[in-house]
Amino acid sequence: MPVISVIESIKNSLHSEMERDEKIFVLGEDVAARGGVFLATDGLLEKFGIERVIDTPLAESSICGVAIGAAVNGMRPIAEIQFADFVWPAINQIVGEASKVRYGTFGKKTCPITIRIPYGGGVRGGLYHSQSIEVLFAHTPGLKVIAPATPYDAAGLLKSSIRDDDPVVFLEHKKTYRLVKGEVPNSDYSIPIGKAEVKKEGKDITIITYGLMLHYVLQAAEECKNLGINVEVVDLRTLRPIDSETIIDSVNKTGRALIVQEDTKAISVSSEVAAIIAENCFFNLDAPVSRITPIEIPPMPFSPLQEAEYMPSKNNILEGIKRLMEI
Amino acid sequence: MEKNKLKEILKTALISRSLDERIWMLNRQGRAAIAASGQGHEISQLGCVEALDSIKDHFLIYYRQFTLMLALGTTPEEQLRNFLAKEGDIMSGARQFPLHGSHPRVDIFSFSNVVATQLPQAVGVALADKMNNKDSVTIVFFGDGAASQGDCHEAMNFASIHKLPVIFFCENNGYAISVPLEKQMNIESIASRSTAYNMPGVQVDGTDFFAVYDVTKEAANLAREGGGPTLIESKVERLLPHTTDDDHTRYRSESDIEFMSQRDPIPIFSKKLIDMGIITQEEIFQLEKEANLTINQATEKVEDEPFPSIDNMLLHSDLE
Amino acid sequence: MEIKIELPHVGESVTEAIIDKWLIKIDEPIKKYDPILEIITDKVSMEIPSPYSGKLISTLVNEGETVKMGNPIAVMEISEQDYKPSVNKNEIPDDSIIGTFSDGANVGPTGGEFLDTSILEIDSNAPAPSTNFDTEDDDSKKYSPIVIRLAKKHGINLNDIKGSGNNGRITKIDVTNYLDKLNIVSKTNDDNNDIINPNPLRKIIAERMKLSFSEIPHAWSSIEIDMTNIKEIIDLNKQKILNQFDLKLTYLPFSAIAVSNSLKENKFLNSSWNNGKIILHKNINLGIAMAGKDGLVVPVIKNSDNLNFLDLCKNLNELTEKARTANLDLSDMKSGTFTLNNTGALGSVIGGAIINHPQAAIVTTESVVRRPIVIENNGKEEVQIRSIMNLCLSFDHRIIDGVEAAIFLQSIKKNLESFDKDYEII
Repeated sequence: MPVISVIESIKNSLHSEMERDEKIFVLGEDVAARGGVFLATDGLLEKFGIERVIDTPLAESSICGVAIGAAVNGMRPIAEIQFADFVWPAINQIVGEASKVRYGTFGKKTCPITIRIPYGGGVRGGLYHSQSIEVLFAHTPGLKVIAPATPYDAAGLLKSSIRDDDPVVFLEHKKTYRLVKGEVPNSDYSIPIGKAEVKKEGKDITIITYGLMLHYVLQAAEECKNLGINVEVVDLRTLRPIDSETIIDSVNKTGRALIVQEDTKAISVSSEVAAIIAENCFFNLDAPVSRITPIEIPPMPFSPLQEAEYMPSKNNILEGIKRLMEI
Repeated sequence: MEKNKLKEILKTALISRSLDERIWMLNRQGRAAIAASGQGHEISQLGCVEALDSIKDHFLIYYRQFTLMLALGTTPEEQLRNFLAKEGDIMSGARQFPLHGSHPRVDIFSFSNVVATQLPQAVGVALADKMNNKDSVTIVFFGDGAASQGDCHEAMNFASIHKLPVIFFCENNGYAISVPLEKQMNIESIASRSTAYNMPGVQVDGTDFFAVYDVTKEAANLAREGGGPTLIESKVERLLPHTTDDDHTRYRSESDIEFMSQRDPIPIFSKKLIDMGIITQEEIFQLEKEANLTINQATEKVEDEPFPSIDNMLLHSDLE
Repeated sequence: MEIKIELPHVGESVTEAIIDKWLIKIDEPIKKYDPILEIITDKVSMEIPSPYSGKLISTLVNEGETVKMGNPIAVMEISEQDYKPSVNKNEIPDDSIIGTFSDGANVGPTGGEFLDTSILEIDSNAPAPSTNFDTEDDDSKKYSPIVIRLAKKHGINLNDIKGSGNNGRITKIDVTNYLDKLNIVSKTNDDNNDIINPNPLRKIIAERMKLSFSEIPHAWSSIEIDMTNIKEIIDLNKQKILNQFDLKLTYLPFSAIAVSNSLKENKFLNSSWNNGKIILHKNINLGIAMAGKDGLVVPVIKNSDNLNFLDLCKNLNELTEKARTANLDLSDMKSGTFTLNNTGALGSVIGGAIINHPQAAIVTTESVVRRPIVIENNGKEEVQIRSIMNLCLSFDHRIIDGVEAAIFLQSIKKNLESFDKDYEII
């Protein structure tokens, strides 16, 4: 089975999907001639032509607005927002409009758009190329929000997102683009939206995470073997709808829950996961729910020492695990 | 244009006016929660709709296209159900403010009452048509206030670059709630902005049915031939306050309101038709009486209808 | 500037006070903290100090009046720079600040005055809260952290409580209600005597005493012991022991060692009657009766015969401290085979203790008293002043007869009297 990076698996999926369905087209800044600033759309222009691979003006709101219009008129657009930090002008169209097309027209219209957004830090991105933006979307009824961490998951979930008839925000952690490589079959498989995955089975403590953090969590979990701690790792993969069932089953089994996320803590995905656990696992908890997140400063400083300090690391996670096991 | 056609159009205008007045009354009685009146915009909407194709064209509206709805086949009952938030509302199942949602028979839609978000969406609709080699036209309505939004400029820019079949139709009634034109822009005519996007732009008197018809027809032809978008600015009056929640005496002078009433398009259009020999004043009175009767019947029927039940709140949601 | 001063909140549960006496006059200059007013709350009188320096302009309340705390009581003239508006975080805002609905004041969807008459009364049957209430059929054993904590703290057996929660679950309120009931004070019908519900520990003691006294045929014996040498040992060593080990040196460890060693040679005293059989306990686990926070407790020194003197002292000290602070746990109390009760600490000179069921006997060490004793000295009898302690034994007459009892007591006496003045503790 070929071993490829996250960015390659995304690119391959875009190619295969556009081949499969001619209603699919791609639009965004620099997606056509340049193949995308991360090369996610590399080769699409050559293969599918300027009609289906569109370089848009620098105008995020209309990138999404135009995608919505095309989607309700029979097409299946994949809009790219170049960096999550620039998505804010498009919030009106994504959160305000797309999420309510189906509900607000009583089902008469649907909006099958996919919005791909590179996000996340640890890449010396400073305050405007490092942001995690999932919370706003994950809070919105009518949207689906995906955040894969592996090449296999990225490919499978991107296909499901494109094939979904409702708006999907597909978040790609930019640090994983080239850093994370894994096996991806050539077959046409897809992964259902809304299913988390136990990436490592364990019995002493459950760690719930998503995105880049998954990999640091797995590293920490590996080291825990030497400490005699058997860690179970749950990768959320979908942030809306969150897979409560997998979380509950795991925490009921282990009795201890640690949530690790790169986004800042207050009012975040980790808050929701903690609430789910408190509501459903109360009588099986052996310890309070615990969270590892960065501190409450704007994410994140450009200078290297501060950035490294800011990002949760394998050691932070190990510390969190040990503390939770010692309670 | 054919005589009977024009009579039909006037009849629609009269029904629209009567219904519009009735709904305003229903609000004062505590039964219609909110209404944005279309009084003053009737003839402009009838003029542009007549120039388009209700089967193959797309109509992206906002909350003031009251007459357009009726002109494209919405019945007074359906319109009332929309404003009274009753079960079976055709546009949104009474989930949205009136006029928002999408129409079951004609491609009229408005996903929200957020100002100007429909403009880029219209461009996307037109893009899809072009990709599929359709000769449909997408007309998108917006007001003078919406013309200030970033989305409006982004949309025109995009449509022009890709020569998309869009008609940007601005109904300029001089007020965005209480903010008058001179505080909204430093130019005389919104249509003049078209040059910034290298597309045709024309300002037209919105009380003049035939003028509106002509410019719209020209824009539609251009679009269908692949000639790209046009910006039309139709100057109308907003005869009533912004909505039933507004009081325009707070920011408009008495003389201003008085002057405005002279530009009521229905008497202007009626007089035009009389002058053209299309119709007589008696016939017009008759049409008015019939319109009121129609509206009374429709109101009686719909007032007693039930509201959407609790159960259907989940339909077409993620929880279904 | 003129400001109003308020009657300060002086206590958590007190909300009003009677104005007793104004201590200052109008126009009189006041320094901050000068007493300006005497008030009476809850039959307690107190002075109210002035919050500012300045001058009294007028009083707003009269002597004899009852005033709510927080209400204005006087007007003062102060300098503006002194003014500090109070921000009392613990005060609950009153209704007038919170505000209430104004009848007829409506707001429509976008700001107007729309009064919705479409439905007269709308009652929401909104979905139930999201907590998972799906539980198995019997939740009587599902204990929340607070329930467990309260049960442990008060020594409650949760099996005694009927749960009023979902599927029989015991809730925190169930536990607190149970605790309240245990302390209910009520009156008898005829003569107004107080009726008190014994606390759980008292109840347990009552049960165990009853069991012991009804099942075990008690017999008693006692012996006098000359503790003079031990007294000297204590006087000589107690400061040193205190300095070096922070331990208080008393008679108790000596008695404990002596009793433990005597039990080694008198196995039947370290036994239990069980179903017609006598069980000789292999280990000597000496329970020391002592006063705990809530009542009598008997923590156990395991294998007390194997401990050296110093270790025994330390052990005793630790247990005494734990008992005092109610920190003894279950393991401290288990497996006792014999009990020693130092009743002498409270001044008793003779006693007949109840055996700690199901042990064979119990010993009390009575008060060490200076007495005139007839001693044989060089063939002649003389009277000396000696430190004398009675040691009393209650024993299970099914297992032990007077003879065994006497031998045991003699053994203890010998052990105690054989301590030499020069005994090295360390």
